[in-house]
Formats: sequence, C-alpha cells, structure tokens
Amino acid sequence: MDFCDSPMASATSRRALLLGGASFAAWAYLPKFARAADGRDPRLVVVILRGALDGLATVAPIGDPDYAGLHGSIALRADGPNAAVMLDSFFALHPAMPAFARMYREKKAAVIHAVATSYRDRSHFDGQDVLESGFSGPGRVQSGWLNRALENLPRGDRVMRALAVGPTTPLVLRGSAPTVGWAPVALPQAADDTAMRLAELYQHRDPALATALTQGLQLDKAAQGDDMKPKPGTNGVAAMRLVARGAAKLMAADDGPRIGALAFDGWDTHANEGGPVGRLAQLLSGLDGALAEFESGLGDRWRDTVIVVATEFGRTARINGTEGTDHGTGTIALLAGGAVKGGRMIADWPGLKLANLYQGRDLAPTTDLRAVMKGVLHDQFGLGERVLAEQVFPDSAPVKPMKGLMG
Amino acid sequence: MARDSQAALVALNRFGFGARGGASGDFVNAASDPRGFVKAELSRPNGVLLEVPGLSSTAALGKAVFDYQFEIRKARDAASKSGAPATATEGPPQQASPDARVQRRNLSLSSIAKDITAKEPAKESAKEMAMQTAENGSANATMTPAETMQPSAAKPPQQPLNIIQKTFRAEALARLQRATIADCGFAERLVVFWSNHFCISASKGPLARMWAGSFEREAIRPHVLGRFADMLQAVEQHPAMLFFLDNQQSLGPDSRAGVNRNRGLNENLAREIMELHTLGVGGGYSQDDVTSLARIITGWTYAGRQGQLGTPGTFVFNANAHQPGAQRVMGKIYEANGVAQAEAVLADIARHPSTAKFVATKFARHFTADEPPPALVARLRDVFTKTDGDLKALAVALLDSDEAWQAPLAKLRSPYEFLVASGRLLARNPEDPGRYLNGLNVLGQPLWSPAGPNGFADTNAAWAAPEGVKLRLDISAQIASNLADRIDPRDLLELVAADAASPETRRTIERAESRQQALALLLMSPEFQRR
Repeated sequence: MDFCDSPMASATSRRALLLGGASFAAWAYLPKFARAADGRDPRLVVVILRGALDGLATVAPIGDPDYAGLHGSIALRADGPNAAVMLDSFFALHPAMPAFARMYREKKAAVIHAVATSYRDRSHFDGQDVLESGFSGPGRVQSGWLNRALENLPRGDRVMRALAVGPTTPLVLRGSAPTVGWAPVALPQAADDTAMRLAELYQHRDPALATALTQGLQLDKAAQGDDMKPKPGTNGVAAMRLVARGAAKLMAADDGPRIGALAFDGWDTHANEGGPVGRLAQLLSGLDGALAEFESGLGDRWRDTVIVVATEFGRTARINGTEGTDHGTGTIALLAGGAVKGGRMIADWPGLKLANLYQGRDLAPTTDLRAVMKGVLHDQFGLGERVLAEQVFPDSAPVKPMKGLMG
Repeated sequence: MARDSQAALVALNRFGFGARGGASGDFVNAASDPRGFVKAELSRPNGVLLEVPGLSSTAALGKAVFDYQFEIRKARDAASKSGAPATATEGPPQQASPDARVQRRNLSLSSIAKDITAKEPAKESAKEMAMQTAENGSANATMTPAETMQPSAAKPPQQPLNIIQKTFRAEALARLQRATIADCGFAERLVVFWSNHFCISASKGPLARMWAGSFEREAIRPHVLGRFADMLQAVEQHPAMLFFLDNQQSLGPDSRAGVNRNRGLNENLAREIMELHTLGVGGGYSQDDVTSLARIITGWTYAGRQGQLGTPGTFVFNANAHQPGAQRVMGKIYEANGVAQAEAVLADIARHPSTAKFVATKFARHFTADEPPPALVARLRDVFTKTDGDLKALAVALLDSDEAWQAPLAKLRSPYEFLVASGRLLARNPEDPGRYLNGLNVLGQPLWSPAGPNGFADTNAAWAAPEGVKLRLDISAQIASNLADRIDPRDLLELVAADAASPETRRTIERAESRQQALALLLMSPEFQRR
C-alpha cells in the first residue's frame, strides 16, 4: 500500500528524532512575571534520563577508598588516558562531559550526589512514575510535579507561535496545565480544509479526539529553521543535541515557553557499560552536548536559566558479572545554567563501605531528590513551601526545599 | 438472520483488524453472528503458526549472521594488517578513544562494512547510516530502524541490503500479509498482544533484529492458543530473549566460567521475568528473589558461531556458567538440577496467583478499556487459574463475556492496527513492507522495537496524543491521495460500519470536496479509529 509514497519517502520522519530517544515538551503559557520590570525572566528545563543513570560512573567518588574496587574495570581514574576531571579533592566528573566541566569551573553548574526519590524498589517503570509524578509512591500517573507547579504560577499569554503538541509528553509535565511540544521535521501535511472538516466531525462525535487534533494542528514552524532538518546518520548523541537545540531555540524566543521537559532514553547499562569510553560515555557525551546546546541556544537568557537533570534511581555500587551495573538506589542530580550557584558538589556522602551501602549493594541515598526540585522551584519561581509540600509534591512536608541552589 | 451492526463493529475492530474491502462480506458476516465470526479463527488447526517459504529458523538465521559478522571481522583484520588507518567514527566526539578494544566493540557492522568497501562517507546511503545508529543501540533503544530512513536529497547509490536488513523485512512482510488477509484477525491480534507482552527490541543489536521475527514465530505463535507456562518457557529459552536481556553474559559467580573469568551475574532477565512477564510489580517477590532467579538462570544461553556448546544459534544450557547449588525463590527451595532448576521456577511462577491477575488485567485492558471492567478481569483470572493458564480458554472467556461486547469503543487503534486495517479496507496485500515500517516509525510504534522491555503502551492516552492524531491524519491523507481515485469512499463506509456509522460521519464523507478528502476523513473517522 502506498502509505508513504514519494514525498514522505524522501523526508526523514518527524518522529525519527523522538524515536532516537529524545523528546521535548513545554508549558503552553508564559508565566505572568516573565517580563517583569527587573528584567529577570527565569527559565527551567527538566531533563529526565530514563533507564537509571549510574551516578557513581558519572560523578565518581574517586577519593572513596572503596570506589575503585566496587566499580572495578569500569571505574574512572584521576590519571592516565581519558582521566576524569576532578571537581574537588574527592569527586571526579566523567571525561565525556567537557561542557559540564567548564560550566562547573565557571560556577554555573553543580552536582548533588547520593540523591534518590522516595522510591526504594527497582522497577524502572514505577521508579520513573515516582520521579515524574512527584508522589511518594508509584501508581499515580495522571499528572506530574512540574505540571502541578505550573498550575500554581500566574498564567500569562499563551505561547502562540506555532507549536505542535508532542506525542510523548513526559509524565513530569503531564496534567491539567496545558503543554506544548515539538519534534523536528515534517511530513507532507494534510490539507487544512481536510483537517478542519475532521475537527468538526470530532467535535460532534469524539470530543477527546477533537481536542487532540486541534492541538496537533498548531504547526511547528517556530522551532524549525533549515538547520533543524535531521541529517541522515543522526545517532543517539546527535539526536540529543538536535532536540536540545530546537528546544533552546523555542525557549529563547520572547514569546516562547519558559518551562520545559526533555526525556532521554537508554541509560539502563546492565552490560558492557564502559568506563571513560564506551557505551555510557557516548550517552554522557550526548547529554553534555545537549547542555551545551541550551547554553548557546538560549543566548542572553542562559543567565536566568536552570537545567535540572534527574533519573529514576541509581545502579549497583559493585559492577555485576557482565561489566555493567544492575538496578540500584542512590545516584546524582545535575544542575546547570546561568542562574545556578555552581562550582559545588552537594553531598552528604554516606561512604561505600559494605555496611554503608543500601541493602549491601547500592549507594545509600542521603538527599531526597524532592528537596532539590523544591529548592529549584522556590528559588526560580518563588513557589512557597506549603504549595510545594501539598500540591507539587504531595505529603512531602518533612522534605524541606534545599536552600541556596540559585545564585 | 438477525443483524447487529454495532456488534459487528465490535467484532471487527475491537477483536480483529477491521473489515476487508472488496467482496469479503466481512461486515455482513460479522453482523449476522458476531461471536461466531470472531471465534471461527480459534478452531483452525495451526491457524496461528506462520510458515512461509523463505523464512528460516532462529538457528539458521543465527548461523547466517554469525558468518556475516565473522567475514566482516576477517576483512577488517586483514585491512588493519595492511596498514589501513583506523576509521572508528564513534565514541564521544570530544575525545579520542585510544583504547583499541573498546573502539572495536563500538564499531557497528555497517560502519565496518563501510570501511571495507572504502566508500567515501558522503556516498554512504542514509539507509546504511540509519542502520548504523540502530545497531549501535545504546543511546537509542528506539532509534528508527533502517527501513524507515530513505535516501534523501543527493540520491546516493543504493547499497544492497545486508542479510540482517533483508531478514527483518521478509519477516515483517510475512506478518503484515498474514494480518491483511486474515478473515477477522483475532488470532493475529492475539499474536501481537502476546508478542508485546513478551517483547524483545530489534534495536538492541544485529542479533535481535535478525531474530525478531523468528522469535515471534517460534516462541509466541505456537502457544497463543496453548498454555501460558509453555509460552513462558519458550520465550525465556529463546536466543532472542536471552540476547535482549543480556542473559548470555550472566555467569554464576561460583561457576567454573565465573571463577575463571572473574565475571558474574546480570539480573536483567530475572527481574523482567518477574516484573513484566509473570508476577508483575507488587506480585510478591523481593530483590532476593530476583537475585536468586538470576543465579538459577545462569547458563541459559545460546550457542555461538563455533558451536562449542551446541548448534550455533540454538538455546543451550551451559553447565560451566551455571551457579551451583540450591536456591530459594519466593520461599521455596529449588535444588540444583541443571536446566530443570529454572524450568521448575518458571512453571511455579506461571501458575502463581499474581501472574493470573497480572495477565488477566493486561489482557482485558488490551481488548476492552484502559480501566477494564473488574468483573471481567476477575473472571479471566479465574479461567486462567482453573485451566492452568490455557490461553485459548482465556480468549474464549473474553469473547463469551458480555462486558467485552458492551464496553464502549473508547480505545484508539494502535498505529499497527490502524495501518493494517487501512490495508485491509483498501484490499491491498503488501508486497513491500517498507511503507508500513515507515508509517509505524512515524506514528511511534516501530515494528518489534519498543523503547523498553515493557513493550509498547496499551492505553488510549498513549496513542490519542495530539501530534499522534495529527500524524495519523497526514498519513491518511497520503494514503488517500494515492488510492482514492479508484474507489468510492461512500461504499467503503458501508464496508466499515454500514448502519452503525453515525449520521455525522456519513454526512462528513458525503460532503467532502473530493474522493481523496473523503477517504482521508473515513480513515480518520471514529468508526475507523476507535475500537
């Protein structure tokens, strides 16, 4: 059948990049204070790494006497070829992240270590639900914490300039606050008239599809310049950069979204994880590239931006039998952006002695990830502690917002 | 004869792949006996098997791909001996990667092939490069399969498909043709359901892509109307699953191989067996149970090219890699007993009450509603338990229930269901799978390549998202622009829904400004999209 005859056959699919393990979605409104008199126009990007990032391999506690033994053949080293970049006298950054290393030196990036959500089992899917929903347990998938945070912000103008709603809005941004998304490239599109007729049919027969179609019809010209066409051979690393570049371009615009979320897949490194080079290194290189794209794409707006990078849980402290790591608990969160009070390692380090490991196998979490997110939302958007403890992260009053994350 | 058009819509769309066009009479037949129409497929002997000339066994495919990889390695080694410069293109772009061993591992087959054939990079086809990324498979668990990426702009010389690409396309084509010509399609829908429940992902690497089709033919299809426990064992012993979830690398820490090579466990398969294949999250197992099962299934692997352990590309139990000794799983001790030790665990968890509940819920969700009727779930669970996991009995119980026929048609067809249904309605038996594969990629359901081991989403929300709906419209318009001249969409509406079509849909199609527009609207109508 001629589904996708010549016109489409010659265009790389719009979804191809999303399928490359990356997606972007954003709030459909500007917050009201976005053009406030003081010129500060804060932006927030949440990056979800699905599959559980090995925090001990990304920001390695090289100073911990047990680290090298546990991480074995894939452990980072402070010397030799592909040496890790020392962030302080104890922690070292993976060598595949030079942009983040520079931001850290420039005090525009920070690392929170030994962090975890409240989830303590080891299912990716439940773990991601907890990370993104902001509830303390799994099974709550109707809305995400970032969306509920948006509901508590003063809503300004709608982001009008031609956004298409992404098919894969991450849970963190799902909910009643309307969101928009974007994915690169276009198929030949159905004629407007056909679309309008269908929208009318749906309005009579299928209101849910009517809503979906109407949103989907808003075109994505704003994000798309010629340079956004995916090149043949785009790999996962390039896809991460490309999606970040498009997202940054959207978010840099005066009438672009201020708050967005991306998700990158593929971090489930059970086997042959690699050390300074290898599989994880490639992924981290893509992440680093994405952060660099935001920095350059946001231009002057980078000054008021925070990017938070988080994952559902960590991986085992000891490598498994196949030079990889299995599902664990404590891991890292990264902050980057001009608004970050950076150049800091934030960690209440639990140590890697067997007795100190969670259940004898994982980095024990000493910081609740919600404290980080709350701190960011408070500093960046002025959300109050009560809203954060009741609406955004329900039943989380004992988890206090981390103070002083923003400069 | 009584005619029940609404029930015919349910029979064809909820349980099948939609009415076929031409003179099939599907809608009329379904309307006169909706249940009988759906059930008829269940009584055909071997009706679920897919035996098509040209499709090979997993072992034969394994041998072919091993040989292919071996030839490439050989050629590469020869090239490096002759002093050709290393041309690794992967690894973090910001840095060189002097570790030659790692570099070699990161080379994909196609980039190696490129090195061998010494084509300049600009001449390389988009297809090949897409394959490269697909096979590279780490950052991009769902990277678009090669089939979707068509050469653009410069029209590079077409490279012949390699054995892996050819196999994947042949397997895809056989599956698509079967779904297109099936009477109702219920059996094929069951195949798709179970294949997604026990999914692998072709994007894991060349072997997974090579085996994606044979895995379904050998581990899923023979048991779709058989026993769950048999399917479970067939799946967990299939080379494709062992490769997909890394079990071929997992060694018993105290096994001879584990000690000699100082390697050990990988929990990946054990966890997904419990979490995704049988008991479900919260199904009563602990981390210790996962680890125990991981130990018990050490040694479950497949024979490689040289066949030291057995016929290349077949399941083998490697006693050398197996963790010795008894293990406790969910309170029960399993004595050391070679391959039978894990088979005993699988047999027990296949009939665990949590498995019955988990499977019944998923099954009911797929066919009725995201929140399936609790009474239906309970009945399916009981049938599963009482029949010791008889999957035909499960399917019959679904069809015999009132709930499954009465629940509103609230779910959106998945992209695969939508594309197959379109092909059936337009009476086009595919001769080339490329356009379907492309369409599936565009719509976010790349064939046999879900993002994770939990398979593709099975909820309405997942597919009824705004851009997804918009892209369906674009694809419907494409189909219509190619085909509408030859058909009358008003006639097609009769084949799709007859008097179950709403007046609004009927009017919308009748008033369309062109046949093309009318067909696009028909393909997007709730009658065609909802099931």
